[in-house]
Amino acid sequence: MRIGKALQLAVTLLAAAFLLVPTIQSVLAGLTVNYFQGLKSGLTLKWVIEVWALYSGSIFLSLGIALACLVMTLLIGVPAAYAMARNPGRLTRALEEFISLPLAIPGLALALALLQLYGSYKGFRLSWTFILVGHVLYTLPFMVRAVMSVLAAIDLKTLEEGAASLGAGPARRFVDIVIPNALPGILAGALTVVTLSIGEFNLTWMLHTPYLKTLPVGLADSYASMRLEIASAYTLIFFVMIVPLLLAMQWASARAQRITR
Amino acid sequence: MTLTLRNIAKTFPGGTRALLPTDLDIAEGEIVSLLGPSGCGKTTLLRIIAGLETADAGASIRFKDDDMTHQPVERRKVGMVFQSYALFPNMSVRGNIGYGLKMQRLPRAAIDARVDEVIALCRLEPYAGRTITALSGGQRQRVALARAFAPRPRLLLLDEPLSALDAALRGTLRDELAALLRQFGITAIFVTHDQDEAMAIADRVAVMSQGRVAQIGTPEALYRAPETAFVARFVGNSMPLGGKIDGGTLHLPGGDLTLNATATGKAAFVRAEDVKITADGPLTARVETVTFLGTHYRIALSGATDAPLFCLHQGLTAPKPGETVRVTIAPHAILTLEPEKAAA
Repeated sequence: MRIGKALQLAVTLLAAAFLLVPTIQSVLAGLTVNYFQGLKSGLTLKWVIEVWALYSGSIFLSLGIALACLVMTLLIGVPAAYAMARNPGRLTRALEEFISLPLAIPGLALALALLQLYGSYKGFRLSWTFILVGHVLYTLPFMVRAVMSVLAAIDLKTLEEGAASLGAGPARRFVDIVIPNALPGILAGALTVVTLSIGEFNLTWMLHTPYLKTLPVGLADSYASMRLEIASAYTLIFFVMIVPLLLAMQWASARAQRITR
Repeated sequence: MTLTLRNIAKTFPGGTRALLPTDLDIAEGEIVSLLGPSGCGKTTLLRIIAGLETADAGASIRFKDDDMTHQPVERRKVGMVFQSYALFPNMSVRGNIGYGLKMQRLPRAAIDARVDEVIALCRLEPYAGRTITALSGGQRQRVALARAFAPRPRLLLLDEPLSALDAALRGTLRDELAALLRQFGITAIFVTHDQDEAMAIADRVAVMSQGRVAQIGTPEALYRAPETAFVARFVGNSMPLGGKIDGGTLHLPGGDLTLNATATGKAAFVRAEDVKITADGPLTARVETVTFLGTHYRIALSGATDAPLFCLHQGLTAPKPGETVRVTIAPHAILTLEPEKAAA
């Protein structure tokens, strides 16, 4: 029994180490003066500062695209989820599957299709909105599904009938009843969309131009062409940005699930 | 008449006729109950009056001189209490009660004054600031009623307002609801499948069956003079006696009973409280089971009629199962009605 417990613990620790050691090493690499001489060469923030100088444009571009993507998915996704929740049926199911298609298709294929269709519109092709379109396509199903699952858990039809009997027209009902009650789902969806948009690489790598590198594309670029310390410092910055988002996302979806139950 | 309904029918897509053409007139301040088993069309009728469902073409709903047949629900000025209450979980008790007033774009002070008034009327003061999830079933029911009543609707509609509560609470809240509705002095229609509830609350009861109003009248009239076998069975649990009526006599397996009038071809019904065990009764029956219910015994008798006959027996002692007793049913207690169609 005790051996069994010890074995369990050992396997868990090993698995954790398997994930943690490279992470810590990578973080340290971004903070050491010379990685090949190891920690004894001293710790520095030089590389982080250098990354900021080289790639701060990518960071702001990514943040900008993520926020724009959030606005778009909110504007399209929340009303879409509402419409589908109010009209369940075969057509809605088909539409839901259709919206979810970008999840099954590799990002590269999606990007290629976008390039084939819009590649010749130079103004659009070279603008950041081209990447935005890709991100919206890819993240929309996450918003729609998060909102739909919360809306399915509450008796939306009767709540709306209640509001209507008190004199509220369709627009008032949407603002006063639907949105506040869907809020946990909207929040969970919003955090997922922002996190996915900031981390998206496949699609973005195909769609980007040399003047429009997002955070992960810049990361690949730094891995390919910069010294190891700079690439590691970049990873560190990426971590600092994405980990809090991931934590918030977990918290929000746990909260949304409590309502769904 | 305050509310005039003419030719209200509802056919659902697929051809199911939920409601056959129905006329109904309701007077100012009257409380009318739509009573019937599930699927009889009572909720459909209520939802059509509310505007949550559209009636088939040719219907007319008038409130005094105002034709509201084609008005959407939000402009009908009807208050509605839903079976599940449909309280808004994103608002407090006050927020819920004030919502209809907010929709009328009343000034803030007027809303607050009216909300306070309704909260006091429904004795909700201790809960005014709470969220909906922090309320018990009975409190939610009162909030739902207060919310529907606060905007001063011209008509209050209640859809099975007590059915979401447990049995113990239902009795108390039934009397409370009846008292509140009278205090409001509002015209109200409420749907229920519980005859006790309908009798306790309503001025008039419309008994519905299979998409039509079988009979409408005061609770007393329905109880004492049912017009159809369905009403007799549904209101007051009349038992069919079976047997055969020949002129003024009812021939039963356990003996013959005399009727008040000739009723050849009709069916006879009786209520358990009118079945008496007496030493010189014309019917012979065997006692099957005896259940003590406090104020009386409920005795199942066989042999007198084809189906078991139940008798509410008052007294300190009751016959034992297996004994043979004589049974009397007074002529005036026997209801003779057109027999029900087999399909019913």
